[in-house]
Amino acid sequence: MAVVKERIIKHQGVTVHIVPTSKYKTNTLVWKMKAPLKEETVTLRALLPSVLQSNTEKYSTSTSFRNHLDGLYGASLFADVGKKGEYHIMSFQMEMVNEKYLTNREPLLEKAFELLSEVLTKPNAKEGQFDPSTVAKEKRALKQRLESIYDDKMRYSSMRLTQEMCVEENYRLDASGIADRIEEITPESLYAYYERAFMEDELDLYVIGDIAEEEVAEMANRYFQFSERKPEHVSYINHQVQEAKELQEIQDIKQGKLNIGYRTNITYRDPDYFALQMFNGIFGAFSHSKLFINVREKASLAYYAASRLESHKGLLMVMSGIDNRNYEQAVTIIKEQMEAMKSGDFSEQEIIQTKAIIKNQLLETIDTSRGLTEVLYHNVVATMDISLDEWLARIDQVTREEIIACGEKIALDTIYFLHGTEVAE
Amino acid sequence: MEKQTFEQLQEELYVEQMENGLSVYILPKPGFNKTYATFTTKYGSIDNHFKEPGEQEFSQVPDGIAHFLEHKLFEKEAGDVFQQFSRQGAAANAFTSFTRTAYLFSSTSDVEKNLETLIDFVQEPYFSDQSVEKEKGIIGQEIMMYDDNADWRLYFGIIENLYHHHPVKIDIAGTVESISGITKELLYKCYNTFYHPSNMLLFITGPEDPEKIMKLVRDNQAKKKFEKREEISRKFEAEPSSAAIKNRSIQMHVQTPKCVVGIKAADTELEGMEMLKRELAIGLFLECTFGKSSEYYENLFDSGMIDNSFFYDYTQEYGFGFGMIGGDTREPDQLAQKVKSILFEVKEGGFLTEEKLDAVRKKRIGAFLRSLNSLESIANQFTRYAFNQMELFDVVAVLEEMTLAEVRDAVNGLIEEERLSVFQVLPS
Repeated sequence: MAVVKERIIKHQGVTVHIVPTSKYKTNTLVWKMKAPLKEETVTLRALLPSVLQSNTEKYSTSTSFRNHLDGLYGASLFADVGKKGEYHIMSFQMEMVNEKYLTNREPLLEKAFELLSEVLTKPNAKEGQFDPSTVAKEKRALKQRLESIYDDKMRYSSMRLTQEMCVEENYRLDASGIADRIEEITPESLYAYYERAFMEDELDLYVIGDIAEEEVAEMANRYFQFSERKPEHVSYINHQVQEAKELQEIQDIKQGKLNIGYRTNITYRDPDYFALQMFNGIFGAFSHSKLFINVREKASLAYYAASRLESHKGLLMVMSGIDNRNYEQAVTIIKEQMEAMKSGDFSEQEIIQTKAIIKNQLLETIDTSRGLTEVLYHNVVATMDISLDEWLARIDQVTREEIIACGEKIALDTIYFLHGTEVAE
Repeated sequence: MEKQTFEQLQEELYVEQMENGLSVYILPKPGFNKTYATFTTKYGSIDNHFKEPGEQEFSQVPDGIAHFLEHKLFEKEAGDVFQQFSRQGAAANAFTSFTRTAYLFSSTSDVEKNLETLIDFVQEPYFSDQSVEKEKGIIGQEIMMYDDNADWRLYFGIIENLYHHHPVKIDIAGTVESISGITKELLYKCYNTFYHPSNMLLFITGPEDPEKIMKLVRDNQAKKKFEKREEISRKFEAEPSSAAIKNRSIQMHVQTPKCVVGIKAADTELEGMEMLKRELAIGLFLECTFGKSSEYYENLFDSGMIDNSFFYDYTQEYGFGFGMIGGDTREPDQLAQKVKSILFEVKEGGFLTEEKLDAVRKKRIGAFLRSLNSLESIANQFTRYAFNQMELFDVVAVLEEMTLAEVRDAVNGLIEEERLSVFQVLPS
């Protein structure tokens, strides 16, 4: 039996993905819009979802709009932006209680379609511009959101590593936009971009819940009609490392944040992607991985020491929080673990354990509708069609030799260290 | 094994109390891949002053020891239990709060083996001098990580302001200084006091067969011997109703100031249904007043005083409780003033209406149903409720029946000048 049943229908410019399941008390709609990540559009795309989810033509103040959502048993509407590889993705998630759990059974699924469609296609705008006061407020909120990254040192240091590492690539851009480019956006320019995005972006709608496929297909057709399009594709940008960089930055903080970036030269589209998942699993993703065991458990240097993959960009990022004076020792240990991986210094036991954990993690992720959508959307971004069953099987088939072969492609790119002024004794 | 059915929610709960006093709950969730189990003791960071079984005298233990014990319980003579879970395809973890320490795993295969591992490792302590010393370095880094986290400092800063004596004001992990005094012997003392089955709750949720799971737990417990136990004696100093510090700020390396208004809870001796009603009533009041659909929120947001980081929350436990309202702001002093004046306006005036309450009630019911999609949320909430003699699955009914008068009553006892305090994190 397939672990997930996903029915895909293409129509009217939108790809609709229907996933029936009875395990939730709610039904979820996720709308995704994908376009290349670019400096000219990144701030517009970061702002647009906030403006759209703030109010609509019919509910033109955020109070009246939020009151309407509350009245629908706290229908939740949540918009955000992210990046996957060379793409910038806007997401809108609407979650509505399944009426079968209520004493008062209003037809809420249809209401969810109606409302999401209204948010996307009937915004609070007229004569070619969005409501100026809404735009002004959301510009200010975006500016504050960008500033707050600086105040969260873990997030800040990982953002800084990406900026330094990908200085010549669009991937350096944060999905939340560029602070200095917010001011130039006007209610007109944002509206013009909104029209363009709905004309050109690749559009996907996920519908997850205790739903009838036919009914959903019919509603999707009724509420979401757009022109056919040919979405723009960006070919994978493979930056070759000449020489590894080492950078330090000082702030008044107590714990140093060590972030190290590697180029793997392998992405979701490549046949050795599953071996790379295994490589990263044994190296740093879990609590049985080499980083956790050697940096935390053996040397007692850190509370966290882990690595993660940027699957569509082919990066492997290490992060750890350490004492300033332990910088050299921590870097040495991390480099040694990478060398151990490359020379095949890992046991059969580690391979078996990592396979079990990766499969477990995937199955757990798809237990939430948000996690499920993210997993399924990988295929859209990579223009692939790998079912979750195939995913699980491919992990199982990875051999020791394939894992070692990944190591040959992995190159150290940048070491970034954010640390305090005082060196503790 | 008793079976409870919650018709409207379409949930079934299986319950049994073992002979040694352990409470076991199983909530079947067909359709999920994952099984999630938590094994929780009613022992948290506030329990630092108690009588060990068989002792006459109360003694006080170092700050942060409940959390330290949580870390150390994973270590066994044969190695780290984390590794055993991961060999069995499970992800294990643990957390310590003010009132609880929970050990947990989630897995999609080998559930029975993992469950046995969970119960056994928690019930078989092994502490050595050497590993206690080594852990001080790791937890030291954990403490430093939180020291640099401005949101965590804001959260604890306001609790420190509100409380004079109650140990809720002590950071859960303690300080680098306080944990230096922790020894193997002290860990055993805490373990022996608080990890008796009669002080613990096991909650399992996932696609498993409840009969089979309950039999496994029964057989496992039957193999072990536990002494009969009197109720645990904990000691807390009397706590004044007023906030200890009215106003305080610290400086950190941040760009945007943060400000929170804290409210010290009243009537902290409530338990069971009374506590549930009170907590939900105050939750509804905060949602009406500061929720995104309120005029107050819109004004604060429009004026640029707050942004999307704005939050509000209320928690009540036996012996302490607090509400918090705040977030990032460019005008920390004005925001504090404004939040306070809104609180009094709502208390005095006619802001709370049947209509507003109805809308917010629906929103809260929806949010509760949404939380039942998450196995983690169910297990964690259920345990917290049970430790306070409350029933998680009563929430919808209590929300449906809550009257405006009850909400007004709850607010009247709560919003008083002496209970309020302000804490700010300012750029250095």
